[in-house]
Amino acid sequence: MSKQSKEFWRWREYRHTVPEMDWHDAKIVTAGVDIGSVGSKSVIMLDGKLHAYAAIRTGGVSEETAIRVLNWALDETGLQTKNVHCIVGTGYGRVNVPFAKRTITEIACHARGAHYIYGPTVRTVLDIGGQDCKAIRCDEKGKVISFLMNDKCAAGTGRGLEVFADLIRVPIAELGKASLNVEKEPAPVSNTCVIFAKAESVALLRQGWEKEKVAAAYHLAMVNRIIDLLTKVGVEKDFVVTGGVANNIGIISRLEKNLGIKPLEPNVDPILAGAMGAALFAKALYEKQIGLR
Amino acid sequence: MLAHYGYKDGSGDYFIIIDTDKCDGCGKCVEACAYGVMELIEDEFDIEDGSMAAVTEEHRKKIKYSCGPCKPISGERKLPCVLACSPKAISHSW
Repeated sequence: MSKQSKEFWRWREYRHTVPEMDWHDAKIVTAGVDIGSVGSKSVIMLDGKLHAYAAIRTGGVSEETAIRVLNWALDETGLQTKNVHCIVGTGYGRVNVPFAKRTITEIACHARGAHYIYGPTVRTVLDIGGQDCKAIRCDEKGKVISFLMNDKCAAGTGRGLEVFADLIRVPIAELGKASLNVEKEPAPVSNTCVIFAKAESVALLRQGWEKEKVAAAYHLAMVNRIIDLLTKVGVEKDFVVTGGVANNIGIISRLEKNLGIKPLEPNVDPILAGAMGAALFAKALYEKQIGLR
Repeated sequence: MLAHYGYKDGSGDYFIIIDTDKCDGCGKCVEACAYGVMELIEDEFDIEDGSMAAVTEEHRKKIKYSCGPCKPISGERKLPCVLACSPKAISHSW
């Protein structure tokens, strides 16, 4: 690949198995498959405990992506699809997960997953995905009380950041950090549309702004838009951020600053929250099926 | 659960809010809406079976216009969907 065609937007696909866990000892093996608009995630759980996971880019055919991401998560665990008792599908492409017993919305799954990752004190979940942004309020059981989704425009989403990373030629994983490398926070760019925001950013670059400063203006615009959405459902502690953009420090630190609430820090990649929620729903579904609940 | 269906854009907030705890899945709002904005969907928020009212995927991103004939930007008017809902589960943000 030539230097010119380097893909700055491309984030790392990966898989992981939690060591020292054997599925033979588990009573219930469940999986959650979250087919998002940009990324697809799969989580394997043994008796409701995280065992393995994988995250890949969503392809053109949701069925294929679902099979690929589940198989990759199962890789190295010794498990096969037939050993998994119950699979739940979620995300945009959830109706296309071929082996799913049931589909649950990503809203319910993110609330449930956040409850698992961060504990029962979570009341507000902000999921910033590839193509939309969801503000979710939940109770101490991880059940959704109120939600609001904005998927009319890619401004304020992960895909917008990918486009921006490509524009200023900074790898997506380093973009958030680069945006913090400014002395003073500049005025935000437009936030009603990702195309306008990009056009404005180009104009600023042409005026001679450093790319870090433009990145700061872009991140700030995103954060303003997200806060608008959040305040609509109300923010109550504890506040957490899930989805791929939760890994962007430029967004997280500005959210903390402008909202006045520090989001809890995760111990596992928050991009997996939806798939984790789905795997937990799968466990509950299986227990119901065999008469345990 | 309060389900907000709709969007926010430069001209304002447009959300139809359905209180799914109140909604009994009777489907009267679906019949009442002349523009096909409402539908009954399967409850996908939990593992229990059931149905609930929702705004159709088709209209979610344009309810300002879809609901325009019943709900002008200014002036109050009784809305067919709200009137049809006996448990009072439907409200609007604008």
